Amino acid sequence: MSSLILIEHHDGRVSPACARVVAAARKIGAPIEALVAGYRVDEVAAQAARLDGVSRVLVADDARYADQLAEPLATLLAAHAKRYGYLLAAASTFGKDVLPRAAALAGVGQISEVIEVVDPATFKRPIHAGALVATVRSDAPLKVLSIRATAFESVGEQAPAPIETVEAQGEALGARFVESHREASERPELTAARVVVSGGRGLGSKQNFSLLEGVAGKLDAAIGASRAAVDAGYVPNELQVGQTGKIVAPDLYIAVGISGAMQHLAGMQGAKVIVAINRDEEAPIFQVADYGLVGDLFELLPELERKL
Amino acid sequence: MKIVVPIKRVIDHNVRVRPTADGTGVDSASVKMAINPFCEIALEEAVRLKERGLASEVLVVTIGTAAAQEQLRGALAVGADRALLIETERALEPLAVARTLARIVEEERPGLALLGKQAIDSDDNQVGQMLAALLGWPQATFASALELEGAKARVTREVDGGMVTLELALPAVVTADLRLNEPRYARLPDIMKAKKKPIERRALEEMALDLPAQTEVLAVETPTPRQRGVILDSVDALIDKLRNVEKVIP
Repeated sequence: MSSLILIEHHDGRVSPACARVVAAARKIGAPIEALVAGYRVDEVAAQAARLDGVSRVLVADDARYADQLAEPLATLLAAHAKRYGYLLAAASTFGKDVLPRAAALAGVGQISEVIEVVDPATFKRPIHAGALVATVRSDAPLKVLSIRATAFESVGEQAPAPIETVEAQGEALGARFVESHREASERPELTAARVVVSGGRGLGSKQNFSLLEGVAGKLDAAIGASRAAVDAGYVPNELQVGQTGKIVAPDLYIAVGISGAMQHLAGMQGAKVIVAINRDEEAPIFQVADYGLVGDLFELLPELERKL
Repeated sequence: MKIVVPIKRVIDHNVRVRPTADGTGVDSASVKMAINPFCEIALEEAVRLKERGLASEVLVVTIGTAAAQEQLRGALAVGADRALLIETERALEPLAVARTLARIVEEERPGLALLGKQAIDSDDNQVGQMLAALLGWPQATFASALELEGAKARVTREVDGGMVTLELALPAVVTADLRLNEPRYARLPDIMKAKKKPIERRALEEMALDLPAQTEVLAVETPTPRQRGVILDSVDALIDKLRNVEKVIP
């Protein structure tokens, strides 16, 4: 039984998370196919065909998928599901939106946020904001898995796999796309960046948050934030790292003025190296940090920027 | 228009959870329980819609043991009109929850099902999407703003990289994200009043639903904690470590 991966794409490019979902599918060991659904997605399909391990790409190219609405996508996915043993997508907001809907249409459950493939029927996933890890076995004929991409290393490139067109199907069922606001940023994307510099309430204001820009610029880092900083209105929500925000696992994570609430730790504990800069030496963030600096961030940050 | 708000009783988010002694579950013996925070946000939104005259009735429903009446009472105290407990000792998987809720929705015929985006215990983030699929309704997940205009809902969703606004023809499913609203606290007189309100109870087993278990939890463990590192005395020492020991900066 093969695996089918739902490819996520934005502005004509395959999402970087997909190369990591392919890695998870390779651990399962079944042949891997990819489904690209969208409008005018030749280039996306060509990119998906080069993901190392994909043996075939199915393309449903139709205006009904232009806005990536869950309703028609889930119908399409469920229609193809019968021929597969596994359906996979990244546990991004896109994957979380579409995949459970497709699973229910196919009459099976879903295992969310898989961080490890133990064997073809057994998977590990975090629960309670990562405070615990559950090992679950599924005997469903079709296993639907959302993959925590940061838990897997990206696959490389291969010679392109064959691409086949499939019939478009699925209706919007009364859902209509109105508009989207994407924050334009000079910085790398948070979930894909090699270095992340995150700020918390300790920064004290929206203006002070820009202090992170200097260090981030020197390190070509993405900027993140704690929920407290988002709630205080310093930065928009898409920068939030944590249980209900983004899960990141960069090589280097620098937490500035972040106390380290459980739900924040859930989003960054997978980082290779964690640095904490905080005035309060009792802050829980120091319990997970590899290196800590205790002191005034308004002195330490500019010094760090200068010396990098 | 009626709004159905499914809620879940979970371990309070402040509790430090532990595995059970046999390592196959989460120890919930004598720990503080609460309504799942995202369900609380969904409920608050439903109550506000009713207060603005855009909904006629808010029905809150939960699937669980008799103990879950505590969370239903809490929901009545903040403004739900009716409460329904679907009683079972089984811990249902998300698809089984969605199938059970779909039955209730078919009976009650609400114009809107408002749910939390995920439960903070199982962290599945599935039930709303599955419910929408089973009903054939449109969905808007991760809502941070919701407006009702006649037979349509306009929903702003928080997604990776920004915001998306959708319009849904009602009936529809909407799942609440953190910033949809700030839930109110129940006032003491309302808590007292809620104690007298009836809670409807039905046995899940009498609903004749097909709810097979498809997954088995083999183990629940505490992840290997990160080792506490070192506090350094200077920025220079930090840069040295990152550059020469960890090799994570050039």
